[in-house]
Amino acid sequence: MLFDNLLSIVTFIPLIGAAIMALFLRGEDAAAQANAKWLALAATTASFLASLFLLTGFDASNPDFQFVEESEWILGLTYKMGVDGISILFVMLTTFLMPLVILACWDVTHRVKEYMIAFLVLETLMLGVFCALDLVLFYLFFEGGLIPMFLIIGIWGGKERVYASFKFFLYTFFGSVLMLVAMIAMYVDAGTTDIAALLRHNFSSKVLDVWGFTIIGGLQTLLWLAFFASFAVKMPMWPVHTWLPDAHVQAPTAGSVVLAAILLKMGGYGFLRFSLPMFPIASDLLADFVLWLSAIAIVYTSLVALMQEDMKKLIAYSSVAHMGFVTAGIFAANQQGLDGAIFQMISHGFISGALFLCVGVIYDRMHTREIDAYGGLVNRMPAYALVFMLFTMANVGLPGTSGFVGEFLTLVGMFQANTWVAAVATTGVILSAGYALWLYRRVVMGDLIKESLKSITDMTSRERWIFAPLIVMTLLLGVYPALVIDIISPSVANLLGGYETALADYAAENMIAANGGGN
Amino acid sequence: MQPGDLSVILPEIILSLFAMAGLMVGAYGGKDKTAPMLVWTTSALMVALAAWIGLQGAGRAVAFGGMFIDDGFARFAKVTVLLSAAAILLMSEGYMQRRGLLRFEYPLLIALAAVGMMMMVSAGDLIALYMGLELQSLALYVVASLRRDSVKSTEAGLKYFVLGALSSGLLLYGASLTYGFAGTTLFSGIIEAAQGELPLGLLFGLAFISAGLAFKVSAAPFHMWTPDVYEGAPTPITAFFATAPKMAAMGLFARVVHDAFGGIVGDWQQILAFLSVASMYLGAVAAIGQTNIKRLMAYSSIAHMGFALMGLAAGTAFGVQAMLVYMAIYITMNIGTFAFIMSMEKDGAPVVTIASLSQYSRRDPLKALAMLVLLFSLAGVPPLVGFFGKYYVLLAAVDAGLGWLAVAGVIASVIGAFYYLRIVYLMYFGAEDSELDAGASPILSGFLVASAAIMVLGVVNLFGVEAVAEAAAATLVN
Repeated sequence: MLFDNLLSIVTFIPLIGAAIMALFLRGEDAAAQANAKWLALAATTASFLASLFLLTGFDASNPDFQFVEESEWILGLTYKMGVDGISILFVMLTTFLMPLVILACWDVTHRVKEYMIAFLVLETLMLGVFCALDLVLFYLFFEGGLIPMFLIIGIWGGKERVYASFKFFLYTFFGSVLMLVAMIAMYVDAGTTDIAALLRHNFSSKVLDVWGFTIIGGLQTLLWLAFFASFAVKMPMWPVHTWLPDAHVQAPTAGSVVLAAILLKMGGYGFLRFSLPMFPIASDLLADFVLWLSAIAIVYTSLVALMQEDMKKLIAYSSVAHMGFVTAGIFAANQQGLDGAIFQMISHGFISGALFLCVGVIYDRMHTREIDAYGGLVNRMPAYALVFMLFTMANVGLPGTSGFVGEFLTLVGMFQANTWVAAVATTGVILSAGYALWLYRRVVMGDLIKESLKSITDMTSRERWIFAPLIVMTLLLGVYPALVIDIISPSVANLLGGYETALADYAAENMIAANGGGN
Repeated sequence: MQPGDLSVILPEIILSLFAMAGLMVGAYGGKDKTAPMLVWTTSALMVALAAWIGLQGAGRAVAFGGMFIDDGFARFAKVTVLLSAAAILLMSEGYMQRRGLLRFEYPLLIALAAVGMMMMVSAGDLIALYMGLELQSLALYVVASLRRDSVKSTEAGLKYFVLGALSSGLLLYGASLTYGFAGTTLFSGIIEAAQGELPLGLLFGLAFISAGLAFKVSAAPFHMWTPDVYEGAPTPITAFFATAPKMAAMGLFARVVHDAFGGIVGDWQQILAFLSVASMYLGAVAAIGQTNIKRLMAYSSIAHMGFALMGLAAGTAFGVQAMLVYMAIYITMNIGTFAFIMSMEKDGAPVVTIASLSQYSRRDPLKALAMLVLLFSLAGVPPLVGFFGKYYVLLAAVDAGLGWLAVAGVIASVIGAFYYLRIVYLMYFGAEDSELDAGASPILSGFLVASAAIMVLGVVNLFGVEAVAEAAAATLVN
């Protein structure tokens, strides 16, 4: 077939673009900068167009991995790529957003070539995370993303960028090295690093005794915890979320968009790909723990968001709250919860990306993110006010926008798993309306009294074109969520089938053991 | 001695004869005027010998009644030693020349040290071991104080000598205990005596030998000499210390624990695991406060030796393979890094403060980028090749049931990442402008860029080093 290597093509087009840029583009003048930007735009667009073939060729009714490529690598590892219903939409999300991200940094003048290279390398690594079907290959992409992001924050970031970039790097690095050890333990236990094979492998859940601690769920629990350490930081979940507000505030606009829209989704994707299906017993044992952490995250970070004075920080905290819905939906472990979690991640990709772009629009003009510095923007920027309004409402979860579907489905899922958690989490919906609308009122509404704002201009046509696709997607998914749900449902049902079988087997074993003990 | 024995050690003989002939040429010829020529011929000979040894293929030969072993493992180590020594020699020529340090003895001492190292990794007997070790060490003591008019350089040489003598003493004491309780100095005899429940004397012998060898690989808590010697010695010499002798000492370590004490893995596994943890943490933590990049690299090498020892601590053939792969990667990274450090100059004078690198990326983007790759690789961040070295040793440790060691190792690597990141931070987002000169000799830039390119491109298949290391490890552990 022509498209035997379609996934690799989609994944590596940006990297090839970066290599061309690094090797052949010379000079620092305006022409070279423009060339770098156009080349980056071309590479990301090419990757997006190629990924459309993925979408059209994808058989949604088949829950297995598709477009699989496999070839030998080193040390028993394989270069194996493939997508299923869970991952394909993340691939699409990434390829869809990256051209917009490149457009969003069109005005950058500081080290443009390096900036574009960093984003292109980052895109390849992010796509690789969602396509990799080998543990170590996954880890390679997962961790590799730290390097370009570290540089993006560190070189092009705000005043406190050094602190933020170190915190970002070390936090996430610490989380993932524990996962690396767990991956090695899985390899030693199962004898393979092939994710498809590991999904079928039963990791022991026999009670273990480690240095005097009795560990229920045994090996599964230990592995689960190691993976949790990584994904919870990446997600980020309360209380390990503190790197995110710093990173967001200091990162340049495009960096924030990538961080919020795509990088955060890796944690959720990891839970779906590894924690839930590979360690079902441990997931079940620790589900309530995660659910409560999520509930706390939703309420606590929403309250924190209320009190922020920096727009980016506010949106960052709101992201943490929204990711709380995702983790709760995943560990509710039912069809609605998982569908909702994936939907919420996709929709949050559009909405939070758009919100950071909204902040970027006025930051480019006024060079401040302080909420107090604004007010009454509607008088001079009507188009901007409209766009910001739409995404504020989507962030709140207004019916008709994609934000509503995700929140509603995850809440339904949560309600079935743990009613109290659902009740607490629902207050988060109200609080999100509180902080988002208040932000909107303070920035956009009212009279334009500040002298500095008197000459502010409305969005340029470039900025409008960046927002247009995001608006379309947010509304489209809001009124017709089946577009997404139809693709993810078969794979989710398949995942849950395996999950429930494992739990039933475990319960039956314990029953026999208990009965045997009784006799 | 049989005539065949000489053919087994022919590479060593050739290199020794060359060194002696070189001394004659130097002494009666043009003295230091011959030095550049000697540098080039020495490295050419080393590369030729490495090619010859590398292409010898499989097979195991024993000479001098078991004292000298030539097997796949020894050949792997020798090729690595010779190539890295040749690389450092080539890199250092310009640097030494401009500072008036290019004496004709310098390449010849390096050649003699290389002979000692080749002897070490082939040793099949405690006496042979000691001979190789001392030949190497004596040559190194001298080159450490090559800059005779510098207090720091002479101090480095003296410190190295005194502490090295102490460690040799420990090692000899251990060797004598081992001989006393095993009744032989041959490794093949010791391994028969060291089985099952060990006599206390043999256990002490093992501990003292390990301590002596730990000094040579600069593993904590026997690392004290490293930062001072690294700082005091001229930079090319430091580069040499960080590469070839480390490989030789690790090779010797592997040979002793497997060939001589292979029957009692459990006993030395604890020692090595302790050395490994101590080195990884000391290297990671102590490097944070350093302001001198050579001292920083000293602590970095201590941490890296901790990881290499982790592979050895696994006590399996795979562990040895992991150690060999790790060392090969480590040496490649260090050659590139030191090529960079050698090119750090201001108005022609060497600069070693880390702070001077501030905003270096604006001054010389290509070299900064290569260094960035090397630093992330040293930190073990995927997808660079440095990660695979760590992955191998971690896999070996978990496979051998040392899960706790692996967890301790990865946490240390996070701490260690901090100081590598700090250099990246200075080069790319530091506050002040760099005062360093841009550009460097084509040789230095070439080694730097090549080393960085290997770290990136090696992700495809590690250039096949894995299979070679596997074959080498199989000859040592069976």
